[in-house]
Amino acid sequence: MEDYIYMDDIVKRFPGVTACNHISIGFAKGEIHALLGENGAGKSTLMNMLYGLLKKDEGSIFIEGKKKEINSPQEAIALGIGMVHQHFMLIPKFTVIENIVLGTKLKREPLLDFRAARERINGILEMTGLDINIDEKVQNLCIGDQQKVEIIKALYKGAEVLIMDEPTAVLTPVEVDELFIVLRNWVTEGNTVIFITHKMREVVEICDRISILRDATYFGTYPVENLDEKEVARLMVGRDVSLHIESTPQPRGKDILVVDKLTVKNDIGLESVKDISFTVAAGEIVGIAGVDGNGQLELIEAIMGLNNKKAGRITLNGESIEKLSPRKILDKGISNIPFERQKEGLALEFPISDNFILKEEWNKPYRKGLFLDFKLIWKKAEEVMKAYNIKARTPATQVGNMSGGNQQKVVIAREVERDHKLLIACHPTHGLDIGAIEFIHHKIMEERNNQKGVLLVSTELEELLSLSDRILVMYKGEIMGEVEAKLENLSSIGSMMLGGCHGKA
Amino acid sequence: MEKLDNQVTTVNYDKLDELVRKFQKIFNIFVPIFAFLVSLIVVGIIIKIQGGSIIVAYSSLFKSAFGNLNSIGNSLSRAVPLIMAGLGIAIAARANIINLGAEGQIIVGGIFATYVGINLQGLPPVLHITLCLLAGFIGGALCAFLPGHFNAKHNTNIIITAMLLNDITIGILGALVQGPMKEVGGFAPQSAQIAMSARLPMFIPGSRVHVGIIIALVLAVIAHFVLFKTPIGLETRILGGNPLVAKHSGMQVIGMQIMLVLIAGGLAGMGGAMEIMGSQFRLREAFLMNYGYEALAVALLGQKSPYGVIIAGILFGALKAGRGGMVNAANLPVSFSMVLSGVLILCISISPILMKIPRYLAVRNISANR
Repeated sequence: MEDYIYMDDIVKRFPGVTACNHISIGFAKGEIHALLGENGAGKSTLMNMLYGLLKKDEGSIFIEGKKKEINSPQEAIALGIGMVHQHFMLIPKFTVIENIVLGTKLKREPLLDFRAARERINGILEMTGLDINIDEKVQNLCIGDQQKVEIIKALYKGAEVLIMDEPTAVLTPVEVDELFIVLRNWVTEGNTVIFITHKMREVVEICDRISILRDATYFGTYPVENLDEKEVARLMVGRDVSLHIESTPQPRGKDILVVDKLTVKNDIGLESVKDISFTVAAGEIVGIAGVDGNGQLELIEAIMGLNNKKAGRITLNGESIEKLSPRKILDKGISNIPFERQKEGLALEFPISDNFILKEEWNKPYRKGLFLDFKLIWKKAEEVMKAYNIKARTPATQVGNMSGGNQQKVVIAREVERDHKLLIACHPTHGLDIGAIEFIHHKIMEERNNQKGVLLVSTELEELLSLSDRILVMYKGEIMGEVEAKLENLSSIGSMMLGGCHGKA
Repeated sequence: MEKLDNQVTTVNYDKLDELVRKFQKIFNIFVPIFAFLVSLIVVGIIIKIQGGSIIVAYSSLFKSAFGNLNSIGNSLSRAVPLIMAGLGIAIAARANIINLGAEGQIIVGGIFATYVGINLQGLPPVLHITLCLLAGFIGGALCAFLPGHFNAKHNTNIIITAMLLNDITIGILGALVQGPMKEVGGFAPQSAQIAMSARLPMFIPGSRVHVGIIIALVLAVIAHFVLFKTPIGLETRILGGNPLVAKHSGMQVIGMQIMLVLIAGGLAGMGGAMEIMGSQFRLREAFLMNYGYEALAVALLGQKSPYGVIIAGILFGALKAGRGGMVNAANLPVSFSMVLSGVLILCISISPILMKIPRYLAVRNISANR
């Protein structure tokens, strides 16, 4: 294939890190090209340079054989390169069309020429098969539709090459299918999609070629047709990866957590959890699936006692806990891996040892009379660092100076080593590389095998399917249904995530 | 696993951590000294422009602050309210609560202590002093409660409410010493003297140092142990580092915030009480002007550490005690005495941005070694 864009010998250094180390890579017209690599391999950095968000230190970029300098997103757009970020850059209060037109040159300047814009957008919708009401305010759109707006925005600006940074991370399976159809349509017109992803299945399903980055260097480009998921993963990591975890069947113990008719109101008084009932038994992992923002956060906060605007009953081991303070609830035996480790789980400027004893600072053995027993804390932290393979020299290491995987291990070590009956794990592997994910999955499975109850909240369906015993699907604060964690149920989970069918499958 | 992580990791996290912590340690000591030196240089330039002699000015500043027992006593007694209020500000600042209300808290503490000092008679000194100090604490805490409570519960801006309250307390103080608390039969706007039994004993005979300095030092040591060795201290610091983590770890964040504001206000109020009980013995208008704001600089210069506050408090006390002598000796305008502390406060307030440098240096150092 002839390269339309060729990035030649690109080097990018950040203080302390070489993010891209002499990478040369080409992208052709009419292909969907996946860029793969572990966290920190340099994918996003490379693409940010192509889009003009970052300046390269060395190397050159050729488009159709001609050397081009791209110093800003404006220049990239002028060359027909568009980018859809992982976090959308839309103004919620504006309509779709206003968001799309924003920042583009219009003929009737300084007036807005919506008629011409509308025609052009309709043309784009027709060509790609995208379907969206362009007069709706963005704040009323679901995540999938917001992503469509981002895509239309790029195409409206004349993109012929579209860089997509983990576009499927926020989508339901149905929305993913839709997106793939749109992208397929679009590349057959002779355009190019560069696709950054972590999900092997998607690579195999939609991409034409893959390029692998490893440790900031280029590893190779391969056609996808004769690869399967396992082989792609091996290329990416450089060793065999067990994508699936063996789970030995456990006898279902007695109910640990019982949530009965729970309704939770959010800050502005809207019901974000509506009349939810479920149980988690000892020795079982119950998964909660759903697109982010469908009440999962509020549900967990209500269980942890962090939200008082709730009605219903929550019992732990037969004891009612819905009226207790957060500290009491923790002491009753609930451990919680919070949604965002850096925001809710760790104090980044503090040492591992301090972070490790959080939640237990008043309890024996860490407290001796009025004072904390720092000698014991230090010893315990050292033991745990060894057991959890936390890479740091001493327990005095500030957690802010550690990698994401090691940070999450500190959180997990703290929660698992506490005395607990129930572990709530929210997005436990979000943003981690395959090695750390593997470790954490095994830890969670171990918890189950130790007869703890586990409530696993995740947006990664593969994670839910491989770990859980049962999966509950949340949509707009309600549980749409419960299914057994089997691959065959993927499509029914997907449709329930969109509010599809009710009832048990 | 072992091999994999090493392969992927492009950052040497161990080295980064080691360097960050090393540089932070150095900067913790270096930055306050640097801020102090810079302000001396800046003030020196201003003195030169004014036509004064730098050497005369600074040597007389030092002489009037530490020259003899009397001047040392002066410096230390000025330092007492500064250390007390600075201690409270430093503790609250550990939890990321900015107490700009010390000015008013000192005043209310002074009012309460004076009231108890005048109106209770015939008590044994130990009891009377304790009651007066307690009254000062309660006064300061009450004054801090309003802004603190509305900040914690309703998210009002504590900086603005506390500062506005400062002006209100100054007004109340003025009204009291001209009205209800005015000395019977007196002409000046001031209260009667407090009972002898409520006065703090002198610490060094022949100077103005009273035992308030000892109380302040003991409280600083206690504060140090509480902050760094106890569960509640750890929680306070974690609350400052990441309030969401504090909440998720079961801390009563709102309760803690209010408690810390009360402690900060109480300590400042006790500082005001000690000033009345050890130095002035009666309430006057503006009996401690600007001490609350300078205490803020004391807490900052002391790097929010109790021991640092002691050093910074004594330094600021010395400046207060010595600047009059400096202005006289170097033949500078009287208003110049405010310039020195003004510039120092400015330099200290800016200096925290330097604390960003350690991480930058560490990162630079690592990339240079690659």
